[in-house]
Amino acid sequence: MKPGSRLKSSTCDSEVVVIRYAAGTLQCGGAPLGEGSGATVEIDPAFAGGTVMGKRYTDAAGTVELLCVKPGKGTLALDGVALLLKEAKPLPASD
Amino acid sequence: MNIALLLEMAADAAGDRVALVCDGQRWTYAELLAAARGACALIRDSKAEFVALLDESSEASVIGMFGAALAGVPYCPLNYRLADVDLGSLLARISPALVIGDSDRVHRLDVTSSHVVYSRSAFTLAVQEAVVTGAEEYDPGLGIAIQLFTSGTTAAPKAAILQHANLVSYILGTVEFASADDSEAALVSVPPYHIAGIAAVASSIYAQRRIVMLPAFSPDVWLRLVDAEGVTNAFVVPTMLGRIIHAIDKGVHGNVASLRSIAYGGGKMPLELIHRALDLFPDAGFTNAYGLTETSSTIALLGPDEHRAAHGSDDPVVRARLASVGIPLPTIELEIRDEEGRVLSAGQAGEIYVRGDQVSGQYRERSALDADGWFPTRDAGYLDADGYLFLAGRADDVIVRGGENISPGEIEDLLLTHPAIADVAAVAVPSLEWGEGVGLAVVVRGGFDQPDVDELKDLIRQRLRSSRVPEVVRFLPSLPYNEMGKLLRREIKTLLAA
Repeated sequence: MKPGSRLKSSTCDSEVVVIRYAAGTLQCGGAPLGEGSGATVEIDPAFAGGTVMGKRYTDAAGTVELLCVKPGKGTLALDGVALLLKEAKPLPASD
Repeated sequence: MNIALLLEMAADAAGDRVALVCDGQRWTYAELLAAARGACALIRDSKAEFVALLDESSEASVIGMFGAALAGVPYCPLNYRLADVDLGSLLARISPALVIGDSDRVHRLDVTSSHVVYSRSAFTLAVQEAVVTGAEEYDPGLGIAIQLFTSGTTAAPKAAILQHANLVSYILGTVEFASADDSEAALVSVPPYHIAGIAAVASSIYAQRRIVMLPAFSPDVWLRLVDAEGVTNAFVVPTMLGRIIHAIDKGVHGNVASLRSIAYGGGKMPLELIHRALDLFPDAGFTNAYGLTETSSTIALLGPDEHRAAHGSDDPVVRARLASVGIPLPTIELEIRDEEGRVLSAGQAGEIYVRGDQVSGQYRERSALDADGWFPTRDAGYLDADGYLFLAGRADDVIVRGGENISPGEIEDLLLTHPAIADVAAVAVPSLEWGEGVGLAVVVRGGFDQPDVDELKDLIRQRLRSSRVPEVVRFLPSLPYNEMGKLLRREIKTLLAA
């Protein structure tokens, strides 16, 4: 899981780019994220919160960070624990 | 993560929206991305190890930057104002490169003919005609995105490098994706070889704010474009703002009511000028952005509300903030340190150190980061009690008189309160007794008599200290600045030492 790798959900349309990764299994909609070809597995209703384009998701300890580049219905998770939304701190258009 | 992903995301989400307006031509996000992919094919075919730009800003500079990123080679915009001999040596340092722009000049300077050269129009045409199959593997963005040569006033220019990770971290940390509405447009008038120009392009694309490109700045065209394109955001260097205000004073018309945000940086803003601008653009929010090439642009900001508060305040502390560069970004760490590396407390001046994901601090030759990842900016400054950062010149500009450190800024700020002084610079001059002493270059305001040297010395002695009293005072018709409005202190030093 190198930074820059693009991963696809196997339960929904979600796609993410890895910004930071240390260890563990990255999941979406209850199933592992991979380089595969899109939704092939049933989504776990417990992990169906959805992803938002352009948002970053991280674990509480900040060991992984994913950027959503295509939205979908699944919830991103690391080893079964849902990732948290990481807010940008928008500047007053400085450049 | 590759910076080109910022453009890919904008094209995915809003392919048909206008991304860029330049010389009357409009490019959508989808068209820009297709052109960048064409550029990638061109760059890979050429076997170039760099993509260089020797040109003003245009669609080609944007396409070249993202094309280089997709191909995995550094994008290196060059300062076309450099003399032939200096430019020739920079071209030799990035060989072999695909060079976009002034092809005649490159052919003349490139004695080994190792570069592949396209004029702006030839490049723009070629990238649209390049064959893209859709099966290309693009660079993952683990390496260098941008290489910028520093101005190098004392030695050979240093090649500052920004990793994809530095720039991406800056953009993701400070810009909300697709946050701009359809009406928003950013006027980009800084040269393409300046970090502010690169940051402006990247953040506007990620926010989906239409870029209105002004290849060669002139105040009249700037005002006309604001009017014609309904520009909402603009970044200027202080010199540009001064010329815009001068043009308005002379009666150049243009409806500027659409302007919501004017950001500035890249040099010291004269207080008088920013007060004037705040009056002239009462509905615009002003932002002072402080940053360096090595930090992927902005690291501290003075925001619109703080500008208005300072402008309208009678409280000297609040009013003084207009001369600050604001509060450091929450996404970076910033410290003021003394020469021994000890962290200083509020009010004490020292060197500004920064750390964070957006901070590169790397040159091609070496890293300037310390063991803990802190970057010494070589800028001098201090934080006030509320955390506002004030700059006090370059650390190298400090005058060391008999072991005492004198910041040029305190002398200059005092003298600028004198009604007859339009501009002034304090620099170190050789002193037999003290090692270094204070030298002053003074520009007299039009319509005023030249002030008496003893009067100026008395003013400094009374308001500051006797050690600040100049040994040399010279009156000049003007002070030397570079095209970005940076005072060329070394030239003044040479002049006063002679």
